[in-house]
Amino acid sequence: MSLGTRTRPDTRPGTLGTSALRPDGIAKVQGRFAFSSDLWAEHALWGATLRSPHARARIVRLDVTPAWQIDGVETVITAQDVPGQPTYGLIIADQPVFAAVGGSVLYAGQPIAAVAADHPETCRRALEAIIVEYEVLEPLTDPERAIDPATPPIHPDGNVFRHQRVITGDPDAQGVVSVEGTYEIGMQDQAFLGLEAALALPDPGGTGVELYVATQWLHEDRKQIAACLNLPEDKVRLVLGGVGGAFGAREDISLQVHTCLLALRTGRPVRVHYSREESFYGHVHRHPGTIWMRHHADEQGRLVKIEARFVLDGGAYCSTSPAVLVNAVTHAQGPYRCENAVVDGWVVRTDNPPCGAMRGFGVVQACFAHEMQMEKLADACGLSPVELRLRNAMETGDRLITGQVVRNVAPVAQCIRETDALPLPPPLPRDPDVLQLPGGTGLTARPGNVRRGVGWGVSIKNLMYSEGFDDYATARCTLADGVATVKFATAEVGQGFVMLAQQIARTVLGVDEVILDTIDTQIGSAGSTSASRQTWMSGGAVDAACRAVRDRLLVETARRHGRREADLLVEGTDIVDADGTFRLAVVEASQGLSLSETVEYRHPPTQELDENGQGDCHVAFAFVAHRAVVDVDVDLGLMKVVQIATAQDVGRALNPLSVVGQIEGGVAQGLGLAVMEEIVVTDGRVRNASFTDYLLPTALDAPDVVMTLIEEPDPLAPLGAKGVGEPPCISVTPAIANAVRNALGRDVHRVPMRPQDLCL
Amino acid sequence: MNPEIYTLRINGTSREVRDAWIGESLLYVLRERLGLPGAKGACEQGECGSCTVLMDGDAVCACLVLAASAVGAEIVTVEGLGATADTVTDVQYAMVQAGAVQCGFCTPGLVVAIHHLLDTNPEPSDLEIREALSGNLCRCTGYGRIFDAVSDVAARRREEARR
Repeated sequence: MSLGTRTRPDTRPGTLGTSALRPDGIAKVQGRFAFSSDLWAEHALWGATLRSPHARARIVRLDVTPAWQIDGVETVITAQDVPGQPTYGLIIADQPVFAAVGGSVLYAGQPIAAVAADHPETCRRALEAIIVEYEVLEPLTDPERAIDPATPPIHPDGNVFRHQRVITGDPDAQGVVSVEGTYEIGMQDQAFLGLEAALALPDPGGTGVELYVATQWLHEDRKQIAACLNLPEDKVRLVLGGVGGAFGAREDISLQVHTCLLALRTGRPVRVHYSREESFYGHVHRHPGTIWMRHHADEQGRLVKIEARFVLDGGAYCSTSPAVLVNAVTHAQGPYRCENAVVDGWVVRTDNPPCGAMRGFGVVQACFAHEMQMEKLADACGLSPVELRLRNAMETGDRLITGQVVRNVAPVAQCIRETDALPLPPPLPRDPDVLQLPGGTGLTARPGNVRRGVGWGVSIKNLMYSEGFDDYATARCTLADGVATVKFATAEVGQGFVMLAQQIARTVLGVDEVILDTIDTQIGSAGSTSASRQTWMSGGAVDAACRAVRDRLLVETARRHGRREADLLVEGTDIVDADGTFRLAVVEASQGLSLSETVEYRHPPTQELDENGQGDCHVAFAFVAHRAVVDVDVDLGLMKVVQIATAQDVGRALNPLSVVGQIEGGVAQGLGLAVMEEIVVTDGRVRNASFTDYLLPTALDAPDVVMTLIEEPDPLAPLGAKGVGEPPCISVTPAIANAVRNALGRDVHRVPMRPQDLCL
Repeated sequence: MNPEIYTLRINGTSREVRDAWIGESLLYVLRERLGLPGAKGACEQGECGSCTVLMDGDAVCACLVLAASAVGAEIVTVEGLGATADTVTDVQYAMVQAGAVQCGFCTPGLVVAIHHLLDTNPEPSDLEIREALSGNLCRCTGYGRIFDAVSDVAARRREEARR
């Protein structure tokens, strides 16, 4: 634990371990919190984007003059107006800012031009007036065809983003029992509520730009924007606009470059807001995939070998596809010991919508497959789902199929046992309210046709960035006159880092008042708010900066009061000495001082995988178990998730209420993938780009969630706490699918489960 | 755009809308012309409830109401729920206390919907709470803390009524 011996444990309200309240909570409930879509500037214009309706086409002609002729239109920009690098991307810059004449569009929704005008309606009319002639081409939409070397490449970089094997042990090992299956995962959308929105303010003379934007990673955005604008990075200043959820969808560039270009071109502030429909085209989604797995076990049900083949559809541009694939193939074993593995994985380029980061990042796909397999294997071995998993549960010190040894706390068996100990829900009443039945107010389900099922899912999730990435977070702490000010560029997307940063500062420094400075690029990078990493990384940075300031305060106090510095420590809001003969309030001790420290926190380095998928590629792991109870109307193919029980390895609950919120929210997203959420794509075109047709769990779909937090502080984590954001949404999906399997007495191969998957 | 002047009754005061395009939704006019950004736009189709406001006492989606057609109606937005602009209502307080706020984008719409629910049905059952809020999507919380907040307010109001 990082508090060390210089701060005594504290239970003051608002310190670590308490359910401190969000500093932005009151503003949010009053509607006063400024989301990026609420930002406004005098004389601001509206911007909008023209997108391709075709999944694959060559642009033969582009005529924007009719748009210029509309009253109120201030500018129209196309590929030729991009002054710098014409493309951007998180791993490879392969995505054009705008598709150019003579060039190709590779997905339906790809940007072609943008306009700025006096009113959103003027923008809409201007976009309609732009003439684009396309030579429509046959889209490549089948990922298996993309793998085939005989298929012509649709992009100069080829059709395969990454191919990665993980091979370990004896590839010919056989078990006495084996089960196999092919599993399919649909394309899920992050569906944050706060749509993409930004406000760009140009510097006089167009020498620079300030962008207020909802994003997950200000500095990465800035790097990509500056390259496209051909401006030095210090001339592109980013400020976090209030973020209405993220879940991975704000990791890539969407409207950032367009908004800045429009502002620089017109010399006026420009606001761009996506509609819900445009949002479906404007950000990446969760990779859909097909996964084949075969599990071999001995007569006791112990895993002997895992075989797997992953095919993930990355869509038109790279985004984070290679990293998603690495997560998928390296998590193929799940939270179980297994010495032999033959895993092969592909993530490919197609003319489907680009896919990238979403909560769970490749592990969701792997977990769905391995957990459906584990339930099948339990049946084949004549064991209960719980017993089979307990026999294989991983522990600290076990070696993964990548050769990496798990050094973290790994309470897999405890997660399973604690989940199993949670009470089951009461049976469906004899005369249930329709709202309790599958199908709800449709009044369609008949209680007599409803079968109840129970299923399990258990998962392992890597935390932080992997494969040698220089992953760090920066924070500054300043203590002056008893008030701490904390500065960081960590994107607050709803997760509550703003609250955690205050908790850390209060605890370490012994102050009550903690001011949070603006979240912007006026300090070093915090890295991305993704990969369950900010509590560990930015939390680690804030903690280290606060400790550095505390230590200087203790030195200064010792000097002023003739004490030995080594004897002093912070207790509550006081500085005391070890034998209790000295006591001085931190507020007083810091009068007239201004102590400031900036710290970069780094996790230990990781390695890239070799061609056999061997290497210490991940930093740390968290674990979770889920048990789902469902009711299925087997006649109509309707279902309802009744209850989710879960025990999660959190290390230490730094804010218990917030952890509960992350778990309940993650469960709802995992439920969405299991039951209803899918972007339907046919011939490369999205068929349901709206909240009418893309279904999200409502208050009536949310199951009761019962939980146990497993708190064993991880000595490798700066605050003992593991990231809690992703694990809740990972194994809940197969748990629900396994519960349906249990209710039906028949295998389930796909999520989301459609009525035809649920009928008998 | 068409020069039009019409007057809306919002949070107890009359607000003139000038030079607006006649096709603007109530949501757009509230946010862009009247400086009331509390109602949020997230679907433009009445599916998500982020823009919920009260219109003559009914909870409606401001994105589906043509602003010019709301002339004559008493409209209450999240900004007008308290006695003054700074007042934190019991529902707002409970939402913060219960941990029902994460990103907060759905929150103003939910706050209006919860006020509407509890004002029309002071003692809702769990299922009634779920049904009443099923038109307000929340992507962060999974709704659990929101249900808690509603139950807390209902209990507190019951207690106060008894006194």
